[in-house]
Amino acid sequence: MESEQLFNRKGYYRNSYNSIASASSDEELLDGAGVVMDFHTSEDDNLLDGDATSPGSNYVMSNGGGVMSTTTHLLDFLEEPIPGVGTYDDFHTIDWVREKCKDRERHRKINAKKKESAWEFTKSLYDAWSGWLVVTLTGLASGALAGLIDIAADWLNDIKEGVCLNAMWFNHEQCCWGSNETTFAERDKCPQWKSWAGLILGQEEGPGSYIMNYFMYIYWALSFAFLAVLLVKVFAPYACGSGIPEIKTILSGFIIRGYLGKWTLLIKTVTLVLAVASGLSLGKEGPLVHVACCCGNIFSYLFPKYSKNEAKKREVLSAASAAGVSVAFGAPIGGVLFSLEEVSYYFPLKTLWRSFFAALVAAFVLRSINPFGNSRLVLFYVEYHTPWYLFELIPFILLGVFGGLWGAFFIKANIAWCRRRKSTRFGKYPILEVIFVAAITAVVAFPNPYTRQNTSELIKELFTDCGPLESSQLCQYRSQMNGSKAFVDASPNKPAGPGVYAAIWQLCLALIFKIIMTIFTFGLKVPAGLFIPSMAIGAIAGRIVGIAVEQLAYYHHDWLVFREWCEVGTDCITPGLYAMVGAAACLGGVTRMTVSLVVIVFELTGGLEYIVPLMAAVMTSKWVGDAFGREGIYESHIRLNGYPFLDAKEEFTHTTLAREVMRPRRSDPPLAVLTQDDLTVEELQGIINETSYNGFPVIVSKESQRLVGFALRRDITIAIENARRKQEGILLTSRVYFTQHAPTLPADSPRPLKLRSILDMSPFTVTDHTPMEIVVDIFRKLGLRQCLVTHNGIVLGIITKKNILAHLEELKEHTEPLASPWYYHKKRYPSSYGPDGQPRPRQHNVQLVTSFPGRQADEEESEEEVVNLLDGRGFTL
Amino acid sequence: MSCSCQLISRRKCLMLAEELLSVKKTYLISVYRFSSFLVACILVLQHRKMMSSVAFKLLALVGLLLMSTQTTDAKNSEDIRCKCTCPPYRDIDGQIYKQNVSLKDCNCLHVVEPMPVDGKDVEAYCLRCECKYEERSSGTIKVTIIIYLSILGLLFLYMVYLTLLEPMLKRRLFGHSQLQNDDDVGDQQPFANAHNVLSRSASRPNMLNKVEHAQQRWRRQVQEQRKSVFDRHVVLS
Repeated sequence: MESEQLFNRKGYYRNSYNSIASASSDEELLDGAGVVMDFHTSEDDNLLDGDATSPGSNYVMSNGGGVMSTTTHLLDFLEEPIPGVGTYDDFHTIDWVREKCKDRERHRKINAKKKESAWEFTKSLYDAWSGWLVVTLTGLASGALAGLIDIAADWLNDIKEGVCLNAMWFNHEQCCWGSNETTFAERDKCPQWKSWAGLILGQEEGPGSYIMNYFMYIYWALSFAFLAVLLVKVFAPYACGSGIPEIKTILSGFIIRGYLGKWTLLIKTVTLVLAVASGLSLGKEGPLVHVACCCGNIFSYLFPKYSKNEAKKREVLSAASAAGVSVAFGAPIGGVLFSLEEVSYYFPLKTLWRSFFAALVAAFVLRSINPFGNSRLVLFYVEYHTPWYLFELIPFILLGVFGGLWGAFFIKANIAWCRRRKSTRFGKYPILEVIFVAAITAVVAFPNPYTRQNTSELIKELFTDCGPLESSQLCQYRSQMNGSKAFVDASPNKPAGPGVYAAIWQLCLALIFKIIMTIFTFGLKVPAGLFIPSMAIGAIAGRIVGIAVEQLAYYHHDWLVFREWCEVGTDCITPGLYAMVGAAACLGGVTRMTVSLVVIVFELTGGLEYIVPLMAAVMTSKWVGDAFGREGIYESHIRLNGYPFLDAKEEFTHTTLAREVMRPRRSDPPLAVLTQDDLTVEELQGIINETSYNGFPVIVSKESQRLVGFALRRDITIAIENARRKQEGILLTSRVYFTQHAPTLPADSPRPLKLRSILDMSPFTVTDHTPMEIVVDIFRKLGLRQCLVTHNGIVLGIITKKNILAHLEELKEHTEPLASPWYYHKKRYPSSYGPDGQPRPRQHNVQLVTSFPGRQADEEESEEEVVNLLDGRGFTL
Repeated sequence: MSCSCQLISRRKCLMLAEELLSVKKTYLISVYRFSSFLVACILVLQHRKMMSSVAFKLLALVGLLLMSTQTTDAKNSEDIRCKCTCPPYRDIDGQIYKQNVSLKDCNCLHVVEPMPVDGKDVEAYCLRCECKYEERSSGTIKVTIIIYLSILGLLFLYMVYLTLLEPMLKRRLFGHSQLQNDDDVGDQQPFANAHNVLSRSASRPNMLNKVEHAQQRWRRQVQEQRKSVFDRHVVLS
């Protein structure tokens, strides 16, 4: 009695507060705080509440749909906001519209307060600058980490072969830095550097020492790989792989908790070095993007503007990925374009500038660390000065075709292998698999000098053009014994010497080896990037083609095509350039990037004149690759894993209607909905426990079925739990209401619970006859989480991103049964369900009485839905 | 309270870092100091997994690397070289010459010593040589490798502790039953989750509890990750 009265008084109080607010008219509200637009019209009420049981409820429409922002501001002025409302669960998708609204709201609040005091002004300045601050910090950190990774990986890689005696922290090249014992032919030999055989057996040459070196190489490779996979498994399983597919998904609005966390960062950094040093066919470029994104995520926690808003955080992550590529390739502009073309989903101009800045800072830091001692950001920086000729476009385009074919083949083969790993027993032994692959790689790689060395060094050697200063095997051309040229025996366009032929054989073997090993390596449970192996394959193929064309030009210089520009003795063909074009083509075939790839490669070489060959090759490789399948490797992995990623590039060409896609389907049980004021807490908990949907439409009543709003499952559970803790008198039988005022209740009923603050009162709706092309467009462009389907204002169903993805999948493969990851997941891991299909006994933190009427019907559908862990949108139907 | 604690530890670590930098050139005890600094930092890191401590670690790392590059720029004479590569000329084999000379002296005439050809051929010989001035900072390399190895070593030890020692200790202390119970606290259900979210904001008085709790939470997360990556194969396959 007492509490009832108390409540009533309180209700009255609030009521009067509200009436004052509404009486003060719209203009004042708009002018004053500029925060909430309160359209409080009684006509609306009447219209909507025509058949409602509780007349007199008010509708406050925010100008965008911010859930907590608007409703809590004026109406629940006296209540503190519930902590945790507006956040997301793991593996859920964010609502871009809602997040953007929240940010605008916050911004308006800060702006309004700005003039109040100097402190508030400082705070607003800090807020305005925090975007630049966070990208600066991200750039600094990713540059420093890239430097650390570069230095450590180089060193650890050389440890496989030997050790620097007087300063063991130097790698091979640094060890012989000042030594004058190096010779022209063997540039990296010096007494300070001891090979393992020299150290253990005491002799550097001979079959015994070769075997010793071989053994030590395999030993180190295996131990690095083993340590890497162990660390990944024990501390941060999310640190494996390249990370770009996941980052792409995260940037499109998905939540994977811990994926960009500090442990992932630490372990990824540490194990990346180990993985690269183990000699596996992988690169550090892709994981560097992940590392940079981790930095961005961690630093964004320092700024409330970014830590509290998932959409804003994604802007930082876009900038961070640009910084990652910037340090990976020493290509700041390429990094920005990479972020724009490949990873980002939402990329406003502001983010472009911040990405630019982050890339700049990161490149600057890396340059000042100078990890390679060559004043460059990458090992394989090259400079060419020779021109190219129109005829050469033909071999360049051929390289493009090769790149496209390789890309298509690689994607198919790698996806097939990964699917096998995902779906069969073979995936149960990740550690064994890594060790096995590492062992094969090491055993096969050691005898061939081109596979033994670090892949970056291989690319560098292939990119570098032969000149008088080069002494590698690739440059052993037979000299012409005429006149002054006699001494120059390493410049090309001479008949190839035995060294070149031997090198070509070895390169062919290396090519086959790399192609096979890369397919099995990408997807191992260690950090593994794809850029470097792809580039290496392309560079090997390109170099072979380059030498072939060069020899062709030498032996047939009287052919029409060569006659005009390729006289005997001139440098008309540059095999290094072919290697570079081949590398770009292969990378393009695998990733299907175009603009960013050309810019990255062009920044690697610093020569504008090779843009046309690069563009031709990359474009051809994209066309050829697209002929075999339109998806790049990252999209394929996204699809393989079933992440809810709605690709903006694909077109929707079918003529289905929203009605056909929405859930529930005709055969399904009806939509699980909440009514606005006649549920009790117990019933509400029952609904939440019995279903696994992530949100529920709120309707006026069972009779009228008109839409009031949308409430998220997570918010409801948090709000109920919060009310239990903080509010007195909330019992299981308490009435829950989403309306402005409490419904009229019998006098002895317990205090009702108001949940209006968590209700989204402007859910996005379409009518049931909306064509799906429009719905898909809305989802893509606005980044919606879900959309309600109505007919004459009555809720019919719901469309979620997952429904759209499933629909697309269905249309794409009419014949094939839908074998999405949901399927595997369902088949093998029925989640929280026991073997008999019944829910396992749950430990309840709150006391629950299970007596929900619609239980039987709901159970079936929830079983169906629990399966969809990843799409996070198990909204119901 | 946690804020002030963090400040103290940060100051302590920075002091250690400065100390480290000041003794860097002597190279005597720096390895020892450094590892103690790292141990301190990592302990901080381990015991309170708060992102700002990681952020601070990163910052310290950036600062360290930057500072070490700058100090070594101020010249460690073995960190610069002029490298001249001379291709074969007539009957003379190709040769590589390296000297510690400054940028302005980095040319064939200064670096190639002894000159293999006679006076009149020097010009022809030198025209073919390519001289490159290069800089490195051995300090950065050394610091980086030491940092890396210490982190790797600590992680390895911690891993051994977590996987081998701790289960053994636990078994000895509590017997079998306790072990399995930890694993099954499912997050599946909605209200447990809400509970977590809300209790996160509530303040806990005891520092030790906090550490314990954070560690427990971290382990549960890793376990969850492991399940989804290695067992269920729902992500990252």
